[in-house]
Amino acid sequence: MASLTRRGVLGASGAVFAAAHLPRWASASARDPRLIVVILRGAMDGLSAVGPLGDPDYVGLHRELALQRDGAHAALPLDGFFGLNPAMKTFGRLYAEKKALIVHACATNYRERSHFDGQDVLESGMLRPGLTQSGWLNRVVAHLPAAQRAQAPALAVGYIPPLILRGDAPVLGWAPADLPPPDDDLLTRLTKLYDHADPALALALRDGFEADRRVRSGDMEGLKAGGDVVEQMRKAARGAARLMAAEAGPRIAALAFEGWDTHVAEGGATGRLATLLGGLDDALAEFERTLGAAWDQTVIVVATEFGRTAQVNGAGGCDHGTASAAFLVGGAVAGGRVAADWPGLKRANLLENRDLKPTTDLRAVWKGVLADHLGLSNAVLAEAVFPGTRDVAPMKGLLSA
Amino acid sequence: MTAATAKWSTAFSRFGLGALGKAPPRAGDPREALEAELAAPGAGAIAGPELKSGADAMATFFELSAQPSQANMPAKPSPIAAIFHKEATARIAAACAAEIGFVERLVDFWSNHFCISATKGLSVRAVAGAYEREAIRPHVLGRFADMLQAAERHPAMLAYLDNIQSVGPNSRQGQRAKKGLNENLGREIMELHTLGVEGGYNQGDVTELARALTGWTVAGRDGELGRPGRFAFNANAHEGGARRLLGRRYEQEGMAQAEAALADLACAPATARHIASKFARAFVADSPPAGLVARLTDVFQKTEGDLGALARALIADEDAWSAPATKLRDPWQMMIAAWRALGLDPSQPNRILSSMTLLGMPLWSPGGPNGFPDAADAWASSEGIKTRVQIAAGLGRIAKDAPAPSDLLARALPDAAEMTREAVLRAETRPQAYALMILSPDFQRR
Repeated sequence: MASLTRRGVLGASGAVFAAAHLPRWASASARDPRLIVVILRGAMDGLSAVGPLGDPDYVGLHRELALQRDGAHAALPLDGFFGLNPAMKTFGRLYAEKKALIVHACATNYRERSHFDGQDVLESGMLRPGLTQSGWLNRVVAHLPAAQRAQAPALAVGYIPPLILRGDAPVLGWAPADLPPPDDDLLTRLTKLYDHADPALALALRDGFEADRRVRSGDMEGLKAGGDVVEQMRKAARGAARLMAAEAGPRIAALAFEGWDTHVAEGGATGRLATLLGGLDDALAEFERTLGAAWDQTVIVVATEFGRTAQVNGAGGCDHGTASAAFLVGGAVAGGRVAADWPGLKRANLLENRDLKPTTDLRAVWKGVLADHLGLSNAVLAEAVFPGTRDVAPMKGLLSA
Repeated sequence: MTAATAKWSTAFSRFGLGALGKAPPRAGDPREALEAELAAPGAGAIAGPELKSGADAMATFFELSAQPSQANMPAKPSPIAAIFHKEATARIAAACAAEIGFVERLVDFWSNHFCISATKGLSVRAVAGAYEREAIRPHVLGRFADMLQAAERHPAMLAYLDNIQSVGPNSRQGQRAKKGLNENLGREIMELHTLGVEGGYNQGDVTELARALTGWTVAGRDGELGRPGRFAFNANAHEGGARRLLGRRYEQEGMAQAEAALADLACAPATARHIASKFARAFVADSPPAGLVARLTDVFQKTEGDLGALARALIADEDAWSAPATKLRDPWQMMIAAWRALGLDPSQPNRILSSMTLLGMPLWSPGGPNGFPDAADAWASSEGIKTRVQIAAGLGRIAKDAPAPSDLLARALPDAAEMTREAVLRAETRPQAYALMILSPDFQRR
């Protein structure tokens, strides 16, 4: 069954189940890093999330979506040049505590404007779209030192597992649900049937109920499916954090939040984008609160497939663009700054006369985190994780020593 | 094509919506039965006095949004929720009543191809069902070009992909109100509806198509552009002048310009390849046999996008029957097949709708304009399988009128593996037997 080789989440999940039944977390080494990747699907407008308040062309192009220094919805202060969308209060506080960092004017190598291809490139880590057999974060797991790899599977949050974690390495799936669990007898019989007839379904079944049991063992009050988009982000983060806080829980997780395709009535400091950013901010707060002691060794990276046009369109939104902003947050981040080689918003400096020009390769950011946080070598990063990227050097100084 | 490879179980799972648990096992040639379903008069149509036209549904939305909002209004059922529920009920009734369900599967495929999403807002929610009845169903066995024109000009699509917000910058309205272009519809027409992302177009082509489409809108509540809620062409918002896209020049005035561009996109070779491979992937396998895709592409091209011919070519093809059952029924297919097998009441569809939402496939509400995924991977996640188990356990408990498990097996899964037969027949209770049957690989895979 050739199609099974593509089934990342199922592919190697037998190992997941085995791992969950290992004796209690064995390793007691001091370093025990956590990495959480949050994908914002739909192309987040980086210019209204993190506004270049000091750029003389900003307000002229971004008009009513531009953040302001003053007023009722003033941007949160960053470094004087940039200001943060006021919906991101937790991030703003963590920035002041030097636990949050922004990379601006960054993009992958993808230069077209299709969401789906853009997400393919962002999540597969390949040079071009369409190569969706495996995601780069799954390949990271496969190249971790053996001791680390055996400890716990990576966690894919959501009904449809994000491409970034698809692949051969063990992955655990989980999403909030509000159905009663079936009785054990049905599960036993079904497991037996799947074991004989359909190994892929057997693995998925075991994983699904195993993850559920572990989430339930914590205080999962109110963790039910449904609710608005903000509530869903918070629930997803809380559930993922509960699993990751456990002694034998996953060390690596991926989440995907949808709804960032703001062609119409995007809003700036208030409105649709601000609501979404507020949901993201709540999710980050859930991680900080729930991860407990593990927070000090955590890095969360938030990124989107591309940015939006610098100029507002005719409908109070922006169309598909190129560069956007990425967020790094967590106890292990060397924060309190905006890392940007700012290209400026003068017409001549825009890409194709319309988009914020990318000056930082997002893959350099990923590589910097993977090298300094998880200890992956340059060779592994340039050959296995992001094949064909020898020329993209890992970004230094993203993490606290 | 030999009858030996055309099994009834394949007809029901790969091309249809599952066997009916209350009907005797079928005899005869399943391929002929599928063809007969395609040839039936009125195939694909549904109608009823309870179903509003898209224009009326949109007018309901206008009335509602014009009312002053009342914060402490007593809870009463929203008229838009009622419209949506009636449409959903009619769709589910058609799926449950079909003999095999091939035509309803085609409707679902094309509806997902030209998807809109009710999550966009109440306006799209109001017309989501009407959109499928008015733009998709009349053409599922007709011409692709006609479906394309009908879909792109339907109020649901114009609202969903923001074309009602798009104004030619040099048009009268653009000059007066300083409004501009919105590329969303233009881009998705090329990327998703016709050529495909590798179809050889560029940013300039997207922008030119968006310009040609300016003025395609919905008549508002004031009735200035026509009957409220209907498609309208607003010449004041249309960007004048000739357009050039994909190497062709379009000199037409007004709405004829975008119509001509759509007509050309419908018969572009890239469109034939894009549609044929997506069609084969949806019905047969995530990586369909190359020969099948080539033959379907050829049929699409030679018949100038005759979708009835495309459907007939699919079921005539040896590869379409002989490929192993590696795909998973998606949540819609699973819920309808369970309803049909267990003989549950289709006039009470809330459980189907809420289950589809829990399984990640809320009706007419995909997360993006690329629609719901059609690959087994997307649905066979551990979370998805867990939820299927929970839902099937519940269905087993409510299937009070279903035939005895042994009879049901013979009718619904005549080719089931011995392991499945044993598991179902040795179940502890009837509800457990039904749950196991629905969850068995024989039922889930197609």
